[in-house]
Amino acid sequence: MMVVDDSVIMRRAIQRYVAPLGIDVVAMAKDGAEAVVLFERFLPDLVTLDVTMPRMDGLRALQEILKIKAQTRVLIITALADPATGIQALKLGARGFLNKPFTEEELLSEVQAVLAADDLSDE
Amino acid sequence: MNENELRVFIDVVIDYFREITGDPVEMGVPHVQEGRATLLDHTGLIGISGAKRGGVMVTAETETLRDLATIIVGDGGLDDEEIVDMVGELTNTIAGNVRRHFGTSFMISVPIIMQGRPDDLRLRLKPPVFVVPIDWRTHRMYLSIGLEDSGVS
Repeated sequence: MMVVDDSVIMRRAIQRYVAPLGIDVVAMAKDGAEAVVLFERFLPDLVTLDVTMPRMDGLRALQEILKIKAQTRVLIITALADPATGIQALKLGARGFLNKPFTEEELLSEVQAVLAADDLSDE
Repeated sequence: MNENELRVFIDVVIDYFREITGDPVEMGVPHVQEGRATLLDHTGLIGISGAKRGGVMVTAETETLRDLATIIVGDGGLDDEEIVDMVGELTNTIAGNVRRHFGTSFMISVPIIMQGRPDDLRLRLKPPVFVVPIDWRTHRMYLSIGLEDSGVS
């Protein structure tokens, strides 16, 4: 899994929250441009992606990541709470969408839903 | 900015602290800033563009940010970068969450994090600037909102 967020607090929180699932965080990026570089290197199966970030925003990074590996499960995690942003992210290929602020339980539930949905589509 | 729009910001702050900390937060009486802004140790500023123009700012003491960040990341220590980052993330979340009311034309910048008293604050927050005290546990922070209609829809 790769965690992408311009906030070091959020990167650390997400890494901590997914630990009970036994998910290994192989890379963390602080903006979309760095995320694309690290994604190409590590090719993680799951990416959590913030939207509002410097250099390259999350929706642009989402498109670049899916060009590299189309089956990547991307969970958008953003403070942008308008429905249009969520709809746009899903149309671009994100598998899930979670608004900040969130609890550990909410993140785990979303991550599990994204993973379960992918399992079904693979059958 | 009208009273209903100010209420949107207040409700978002209340929801944030309820969700993250489980604690009630007490919002003080909003007032219009006169003279220089009250700035605490660390300040997060989000520039707003689109249908509204101006900025949203949160200022807080180091200990406030340390306590809040510790709730989020757990006990494991925090370095200075993480404590400072907390004010940017708090401001970003408030500004992003109000898009539920204002919609996608309420465009937010990435957080600018400041210490001390920057000279260009007045240029970013469009008067009248509304200041709302936030009391959480024993800590006091301030939310400042200075927005004007841009004429762009």
